[in-house]
Amino acid sequence: MPEGGLIVEAGNSIEFKTGAWASVKPVHDKNKCVNCLKCHFICPEGAISVKDGKIDKFDLDFCKGCGVCAEECPVKAIKMVKK
Amino acid sequence: MIKKKAMTGAEAAAEAMRQINPEVVAAYPITPQTPIMHKFSQFVAEGDVDTEYINVESEHSAMSACVGASAAGGRVMTATSANGLALMFEIVYIAASSRLPIVMNVVNRALSGPINIHCDHSDTMACRDTSWIQLYSENAEEVYENNLIALKLAEKVNLPVMVCQDGFITSHAVESMKVLDDKTVKDYIGVYKPKYYLLNIDKPITSGPLDFFDYYFEHKRQQIEAMTKVIPEFHKIVKDLSKLLGKDYDVLEEYHLDDAEYVIISLNSTAGTVKHTIDKLRKEGKKVGALKIRMFRPFPLQEVAKWLTGKKSVAVLDRSASFGSVGPVYHEIRSALYETEAKPKVVSYIYGLGGRDINVEHIEKVFEELENGTAKAENYLGVRDENER
Repeated sequence: MPEGGLIVEAGNSIEFKTGAWASVKPVHDKNKCVNCLKCHFICPEGAISVKDGKIDKFDLDFCKGCGVCAEECPVKAIKMVKK
Repeated sequence: MIKKKAMTGAEAAAEAMRQINPEVVAAYPITPQTPIMHKFSQFVAEGDVDTEYINVESEHSAMSACVGASAAGGRVMTATSANGLALMFEIVYIAASSRLPIVMNVVNRALSGPINIHCDHSDTMACRDTSWIQLYSENAEEVYENNLIALKLAEKVNLPVMVCQDGFITSHAVESMKVLDDKTVKDYIGVYKPKYYLLNIDKPITSGPLDFFDYYFEHKRQQIEAMTKVIPEFHKIVKDLSKLLGKDYDVLEEYHLDDAEYVIISLNSTAGTVKHTIDKLRKEGKKVGALKIRMFRPFPLQEVAKWLTGKKSVAVLDRSASFGSVGPVYHEIRSALYETEAKPKVVSYIYGLGGRDINVEHIEKVFEELENGTAKAENYLGVRDENER
């Protein structure tokens, strides 16, 4: 074990599933969504991915359920529900 | 090559720092440490060192900058005293817990209040549980030597080291002392090659991460066990220094102990006063001796037990108080003797708080009280009682 709490492998935050902390999760309504991508840029965990210019997935392994995406969505396409 | 020079304790620390030529020094002025950094900043200004000298806005920032620079992979040094050390306290723990080999000169001064700038050991004794190694220095020459030892020791065991000297008594008094030439010191300390460091772009690491119930305890256990390696490493490191300076170094220094019946234990400058008094009393045929503590952390329990077994009585001089308990040095000495067969009587003297003088007459009085058996378990030296104003 390295001394002093050092982590000697880079890129290890992928192993720390912060999504385990969440009590609520986002539910995305694709019909309402206008793909402005605001939620993608604003997510503090980078848990909202984009594919071909459209919102793709919400990665629940890393979403802490903070609800910033739902709050900021201009068309109310994201709802936070209990996990 | 050895040169004899006249230096204060503060200058001796600065001279060692100049020869060590650390990559980074971050410090904030505080009496009586200030002359160390005053002298060292002159070396920086005159281009005598390659050091990046960081002027910071407080001691908390000084130690934080040291932690960052050391984690980045540099040789890092600093200095402080008393209230400055207290302001650093949070980061003092973090430096040690992050296993960073920082060397810090601490010029011992009373911790306020009431406010006082003079010598006692309350500042470094308050840091005895921080996981820093502590070396105490009797005089300017020992300040210089302890700095060289400290640097090598720190880098060997990945623990930071405090090199302590008495405020004003040592730091501001000029003494004759021996120093090595620059090339010899450079060869002695060698090149620092940390295994992991932040500026190594080929092997990126994370330093200072969150550490909860999953691994924190294991990291503390590593620190506890690292301390057990310090004394054996000290003995290896001082071998070469002994050859260079023609002196012996140990974690403890005995003085006329072989046939002594009455012993005084002290650290820092008082050890010199004790030795002087012993020279005087030996001429009168008294069987008196002394044990000086160079290394207080880790505490050399076994070595103390070895030297004190079979003595008649021992007085431990503490220049700080642990309010609600006994003096910190006395506490350790009593603990060291618990397993020994022929235990001496051990008594405590609290002395010199806030720079109160300790002189030969005081030491004579302690030896006298040991010899005639009038010493109580806990005593004061050189203080008024409630009825004297």
